[in-house]
Amino acid sequence: MAVEVRIPTILRSYTGGEKQVSGSGDTLAALLDDLESRHAGLRERLVTPEGGLHRFVNVYVNDEDVRFLGGLGTQLSDGDSVTVLPAVAGGAR
Amino acid sequence: MLVLPREMVDAVVAHARRDHPDECCGVIAGRDGAATRVFAMANAERSPTGFAFDSAEQLRVWREIDDADEEVLVVYHSHTMTEAYPSRTDVRWSANTPGVSWLLVSTRDPDAVELRSFRIDGGVVAEEPLHVVDRAVEPG
Repeated sequence: MAVEVRIPTILRSYTGGEKQVSGSGDTLAALLDDLESRHAGLRERLVTPEGGLHRFVNVYVNDEDVRFLGGLGTQLSDGDSVTVLPAVAGGAR
Repeated sequence: MLVLPREMVDAVVAHARRDHPDECCGVIAGRDGAATRVFAMANAERSPTGFAFDSAEQLRVWREIDDADEEVLVVYHSHTMTEAYPSRTDVRWSANTPGVSWLLVSTRDPDAVELRSFRIDGGVVAEEPLHVVDRAVEPG
């Protein structure tokens, strides 16, 4: 099975500058493990030491934010597309 | 230096006034460094002291910008009670989206427009000149 993953500019240093990479896994967590094997350091930018999704990134599976799906347990199928975007926030506080 | 047409500046300020007392947020797309379009976005935090892009809206906007072969030129937001200057929170988050201008509006004074633009690199804030362009009027 293969999944296409779109990588934001800020993480392309882990993919040799590539904005899209392929991976496989039946869950998002498994996919990130797979990507880590070829792009060392990438998973640490997406997953906290406690095992949750970093709040600095948004991850979408087929355009749905995985925070509204199963988080890192979100199921993946062959041909799914995964997009990673940098979260944007801030404010006076 | 950030160059913006008058109507885009007016749109950003109007958005900030509309969302006051909450902060507003959005982006300005550009091509080859020239601003093309303002995307007024929703503040998912709906707070007078913080903003966050709604993740679904951000995907739509990022995709639309990408499909048009444009890029995110400016991220803008407003401060409702403090100056139009990046806060420590703004600086922390800025590292996530490098290479953009950070346009700040303050709506603390209903009678004055405070609009300033900044670059933030490696945690260091540098104000950049904001040049507002009025479109030339064609004769006849």
